[in-house]
Amino acid sequence: MRALAAILGFAALALLVLAAPAGAVQPDEVLADPALEARARSIGQELRCLVCQNQSIDESDAPLARDLRILVRERLTAGDTDAEILAFVTARYGDFVLLEPPFKPKTWLLWLAPAAILLLGAFGVLTMARRRGARANPIR
Amino acid sequence: MRQIVFLVPLALFLLLAGTIGWFMVESESEERDTQTLPSVLIDRPVPDFDLPPLAGIAPGLARADLGGKPALVNFFASWCLPCQAEHPVLMGLPAEGGVAIYGVNYKDPEADARGWLGKLGNPYERIGVDADGRAAIEWGVYGVPETFVIDAEGMVRYRHVGPILERDLERTIRPLLAELGG
Repeated sequence: MRALAAILGFAALALLVLAAPAGAVQPDEVLADPALEARARSIGQELRCLVCQNQSIDESDAPLARDLRILVRERLTAGDTDAEILAFVTARYGDFVLLEPPFKPKTWLLWLAPAAILLLGAFGVLTMARRRGARANPIR
Repeated sequence: MRQIVFLVPLALFLLLAGTIGWFMVESESEERDTQTLPSVLIDRPVPDFDLPPLAGIAPGLARADLGGKPALVNFFASWCLPCQAEHPVLMGLPAEGGVAIYGVNYKDPEADARGWLGKLGNPYERIGVDADGRAAIEWGVYGVPETFVIDAEGMVRYRHVGPILERDLERTIRPLLAELGG
């Protein structure tokens, strides 16, 4: 009896963990075709809700986020590719609507700075280690 | 020489701290508002849209109506409180002449919009009814009120997010309209 309760409890927990986060997508928005709906969800997670700014449209309850979710689904149904839909929204709201900034000349500094700083640091550490090594092991 | 190498990390740290500090102070100042998004439409033609009229109040609004003279396109709704705050400013503008004021009524029950304009007065020459908010998306609008300044060639020159207060009129909108020949 106790074992059964434990198994049931564990199963419930597993279901809870495995369940995909539903986001803010309302049942009436969901597309009948699961493949298209999956694409809509992934596009929605890439687009910023401009009203709340730090949520994706997939997570936001703002009316504008809902309008954009419906728009994304309409264009998917009409046969647009994911890139075309992202381009459509960016043409109206700018790069800021993308939660991941695009890699282009204006953002090179943003994307490359961490690697550049890491390289600079590695160079510094190497130089220091070499110098210290030279001091610690004098030529006999 | 060795002393200078020793100072490099300190200099880098000061540069980083200084940059972060500068951005923190800047983002608090009014001149550099990091909350307001730049419009991608600036210096681009007005997007394609065609909206039905608010019957009994004003004719509808479409892309073809813009151009010929400078204009303001103001997205508003009766349920939007900041719109009420900027309404007297818009009411005062036609008296200055030369500028067309057009409205886009955003997701508003028509009866509410009619009642609101009946009570407060109608500053708009034309009003397009954007019941589903699709035209607003074409314009990249993310909240009401938003106001676009359009030049005589039908190009978007400026976007103002939030209510237009007397101060905004003085600082940006009136000088821009004067420059556009309004």
